[in-house]
Amino acid sequence: MQRIGVFVCWCGSNIAATVDVKQVAETLKSEPGVVFAADYQYMCSEAGQNLIKDAIRDHKLTGVVICSCSPRMHEATFRKTAAAAGLNPYMVEIANIREQCSWIHKDKAVATEKAIILGRAAIAKVHLNAPLTPGESPVTKRALVIGGGIAGIQTALDIAEAGFPVDIVEKQPTIGGKMAQLDKTFPTLDCAACILTPKMVDAAQHENIHIYAYSEVEEVKGFVGNFSVTIRKKARMVDPVKCTGCGLCTEKCPMKKVPNEFNLGMNNRSAIYIPFAQAVPKVATIDPAYCIKMKTGKCGLCSTVCEAGAIDYTQQDELVEEQYGAIVVATGYNPIKLDQFDEFAYAQSPDVITSLEFERLTNAAGPTAGTLLRPSDGKHPHTIVFVQCVGSRCDGGKGKSYCSKICCMYTAKHAMLTREKYPDTDVYVFYIDVRTPGKNFDEFYRRAVEEYGVHYIKGMVGKVAPQADGTLLVQGSDLIENRQLRLNADLVVLAAAIEPDASARPLATKLTASMDTNDFFTEAHPKLRPVESPTAGIFLSGACQGPKDIPETVSQASAAAAKVIGLLVKDKLKGNPCVAHSNEMMCNGCSSCEKVCPYGAITYVDKEFRMPDRTTAIRRVASVNPAVCQGCGACTVACPSGAMDLNGFSNSQIMAEVDAICK
Amino acid sequence: MSDTKRLKEQILAISGVNPRKCMKCGKCSGACPAYDEMEYHPHQFVAMVEDGRIDQLLASDSLWMCLSCFACVERCPRQVEPAHLIEGVRLALIRQQNQNHLHAEDIPPKLNDALPQQAIVSAYRKYSK
Amino acid sequence: MQVNEKEFKPLIVAFCCNWCSYAGADLSGTNRLNYPANVKIIRVPCSCRVNPMFVLRAFQRGADGVILCGCHPGDCHYTTGNYYTRRRMTLLFSMLDYLGIERDRTRVEWVSAAEGAKFAATMNDFVATVTRLGENKRLEDLRCKKQ
Repeated sequence: MQRIGVFVCWCGSNIAATVDVKQVAETLKSEPGVVFAADYQYMCSEAGQNLIKDAIRDHKLTGVVICSCSPRMHEATFRKTAAAAGLNPYMVEIANIREQCSWIHKDKAVATEKAIILGRAAIAKVHLNAPLTPGESPVTKRALVIGGGIAGIQTALDIAEAGFPVDIVEKQPTIGGKMAQLDKTFPTLDCAACILTPKMVDAAQHENIHIYAYSEVEEVKGFVGNFSVTIRKKARMVDPVKCTGCGLCTEKCPMKKVPNEFNLGMNNRSAIYIPFAQAVPKVATIDPAYCIKMKTGKCGLCSTVCEAGAIDYTQQDELVEEQYGAIVVATGYNPIKLDQFDEFAYAQSPDVITSLEFERLTNAAGPTAGTLLRPSDGKHPHTIVFVQCVGSRCDGGKGKSYCSKICCMYTAKHAMLTREKYPDTDVYVFYIDVRTPGKNFDEFYRRAVEEYGVHYIKGMVGKVAPQADGTLLVQGSDLIENRQLRLNADLVVLAAAIEPDASARPLATKLTASMDTNDFFTEAHPKLRPVESPTAGIFLSGACQGPKDIPETVSQASAAAAKVIGLLVKDKLKGNPCVAHSNEMMCNGCSSCEKVCPYGAITYVDKEFRMPDRTTAIRRVASVNPAVCQGCGACTVACPSGAMDLNGFSNSQIMAEVDAICK
Repeated sequence: MSDTKRLKEQILAISGVNPRKCMKCGKCSGACPAYDEMEYHPHQFVAMVEDGRIDQLLASDSLWMCLSCFACVERCPRQVEPAHLIEGVRLALIRQQNQNHLHAEDIPPKLNDALPQQAIVSAYRKYSK
Repeated sequence: MQVNEKEFKPLIVAFCCNWCSYAGADLSGTNRLNYPANVKIIRVPCSCRVNPMFVLRAFQRGADGVILCGCHPGDCHYTTGNYYTRRRMTLLFSMLDYLGIERDRTRVEWVSAAEGAKFAATMNDFVATVTRLGENKRLEDLRCKKQ
């Protein structure tokens, strides 16, 4: 019989206000096996933990039940407490009476009764707990960063600086991401290229960083500390070692009518291309969808002009397998497609553009060499209307229900820069709310209004209609003036909502990392563990976790790097002891468990057994590799003979919980 | 329950609109083609029903200026659907006056070639139910 | 037979996987979204850890409804666990139906860690459905019956 101690936490008033903690402790004290019961204001505080430690020693407890917040919150804390008092940490069970009781019920009697039942279930489980010792696994001291935008670059640089090798996988031919496309950055108006390109070069030249550009993650196996990742290096048709990035091939290429994705299709590039002048690695890439040689077999001009002899039309995708201890996701974002928003005439008029397109139109390296010109006729626009929240805060499935966070600030930036460069333009911004939380952000927005005379109008645009004279009729309401406005604009800029990159969802599946309904990666805890995925060894950097501006992205990138470094400096990782194990006497060798195991942790071995008649027989039995097993329990249910069971969540333990709840 | 509150409940039940979803962006009023004809504009309808200032709405001509073009329904980012709410207010008023309602079979004899289709639909929506 | 004059409050056993649904349940608590207290949650590492025996045991011991919650298909922390759950429970539930335990008393739902609201809504709906069905009398072990 176990000697169990029950500790009921008040959590200040979080639990105590709706659960009669004294009554819970009192009632549970009379449960079989319970030799000690106490309640305390904050069990997780030092005093509370000392209470537990003292009780373990004084009452010779063999099991501990803590009625408190979710085990996802403090299970690890209380396990450490038990270990400090000399009790096996896996003899601790948590009854979740906060998140799953006091916070969801209002009636004190009902909540108290439920808390007692949850406590009983935990006691019933502890009765069947057995001490467990985690195994150890080695750590591969190398990190993988998926995505080579500012988030990925910053994370990689920080990890590399700490002395660990890092690989960056980037699906585009160059690293740089969205930031490379931007012109200026708020609120300081630094030029994006001036602060980004040195970092790109640093990453390329760092001895600890290897960049897999134009590559994608194909498959991920393994677990924290021991990931094995297959990377697909897509065929560039150019040898990246030989290519000098001179760009002669891109000039001579006869196929020049390929929409330039770097400029969002606002001008054309050649079929063999280098995305932009500061690309890293500066290596040409052949676009097989447009290359005449690839399509018809005739041409080969780039190969003729290439002095380095780097062109190789026979190049194939290459798969490489690498080992990593940690993986950082930095897949970033994209503006949403605007086909659902006909009212803004985005598809009808070339003069209705997105903010990212505007960014290219004002960028010195953009299609207009930095002069703001209307895409339709190349003339200077005199009235520009910015529309905020296009697709953001929109809950009907057309757009995104969340606030995209960066649009208020970049719109203020665009409006300000336009007024500064072209004082003869009238700039209107239609907004729902101007949200400027951030250092020097509100001051920035006020400057746009006060010093640059940008007209901010509270109200949403209802309609944009192209007119016969080439202007755009913008109809919107001014909620403060209580009137409807009709403006003839030359250019309309839509602040499109941002969404996670399309590659994020399949990647999450490969990583078994969880996502929210918007395809943003979920963090392990929204406040306390914001840069870690709930899946151990997977870390989150930048906008893949939620909309973020550059300062926030960089801070999160460095935070993720710190977490990775913290993991990689360890020589051994303590594993999860809650793994499956097979009772060899009951195993009938059917292989059912082997087939359902997603990790290949189960193998079959031939073993000698002594039979009742004193003969020996060789039987085929299942054997679980505890270092590989992740403890999902699929095998325990598949096993027809009941030989397979899971430590910490055994059949008898769960049955006992069911019984306690249904008593 | 006060009369105003009951009337509000009735309007919300008829229209199926939840005015609390409104984030006061004004896109409905930005889209409304009848804006200039109205004393109270679509976004104000939503706010006034939520605030219980329904008598003002009932007394106003704005109620009948809505064309039922449903631009606001189509474009509302929060799915508040002001046109449905306006229709709900109309119906609440008609019910208060104990007027006879229009039936589908009554329409063909009343049709006139000069009448725009939109007006027929709108009128049917006004007077049916 | 004694007529229970008290309002019928069904006993619901909910199995929640540690990675998605248990976190979703926590989130509904954090957001103070109410659902009835008759739902009692048992934490399992993965929905595929739920042995059909556990479901049968719950009904045997007097549960009126059993619900399993797991990660959305494709999002399982263990890659494929919830697919096993889906298949196993489809079979089990049709067998239970045959035995007279109505389909509506058993359910599998996918609730992610971010779907606190969905968890609360699912539980409210499930409790309402089971309440309509009334007390479960099939499979029940009369020896466990409260007098």
